[in-house]
Amino acid sequence: MEAFVFFAAAAILLGGALGVVLARNTVHSALFLVGALIAVAVLFVQQQAHLLAAVQVIVYAGAVVVLFLFVIMLLGVDDYESLEETIPFQRPAGIVLGVAAVVAVIALAGNTWATGRPSVRGSLTGPASGFGNVEAVGRELFTTFLWPFELTAVLLVLAVVGGVVLARRSHPGAGDAPDASAPRSEGAE
Amino acid sequence: MRITGAYYLVLAALVFGIGAVGLLVRRNVLVMFMCVELMLNAVTLTFVAFSRMLDDVGGQAIVFFVLVVAAAEVAVGLAIIVAIFRRREGATADDVHLLKG
Repeated sequence: MEAFVFFAAAAILLGGALGVVLARNTVHSALFLVGALIAVAVLFVQQQAHLLAAVQVIVYAGAVVVLFLFVIMLLGVDDYESLEETIPFQRPAGIVLGVAAVVAVIALAGNTWATGRPSVRGSLTGPASGFGNVEAVGRELFTTFLWPFELTAVLLVLAVVGGVVLARRSHPGAGDAPDASAPRSEGAE
Repeated sequence: MRITGAYYLVLAALVFGIGAVGLLVRRNVLVMFMCVELMLNAVTLTFVAFSRMLDDVGGQAIVFFVLVVAAAEVAVGLAIIVAIFRRREGATADDVHLLKG
């Protein structure tokens, strides 16, 4: 049962990832991305990370992909991308570099000096009861990682302010009267 | 058959590689963004696998920070894309090679 769930989720994940890269329509890429993200959530559930699986579905498959689809529809870029190469040898070089990255990552994960543990090839240990539930993850977040957790609040505020400032119509006279745009831009920053 | 931690690590490495290839090969900025999300997800999968293997819940706490960074990145990145689209038509990374507005 465990192997069946793993290989099914792995197949969906790899298929979704390949679909994101290979689909010529941007909307199709976004839908393949949803499949890949939900497959990752299934793999989280299988590793006893139930809270992370819920957050993954809500934040990633919900919010992030909806934001992508909003921008795709807002900008109307659901047309097809031309396939001619503007940079010579871009695709072969990219594929070679990607394969090299995979080999390097696998080699790193299989070696002791990279991970600091005797072996990572061993089986997954049976987790203690309550490992990875809301209480354990929350206690870790609010004790060991309290300071970084507070800093993420600053990061999110900065992201919101940055998004508003960047997406705002900055040139005066775009839609409103020119005299009304000057005090509004001061207030937004 | 027993699923060991190495299965998860190899799977995450493959997804990371696919995302890296997509980032290098594709020229649509939105698809490049999705490939970055794929790479981040591969890394979170690695974190969770190591968290289980080493019996340390800190790996799962780190995933929250990855999620926050990804959300902030998407918010700012999509705002930049919208701002670029206001000025010019194309959606490809080749259209923004001029270092001026």
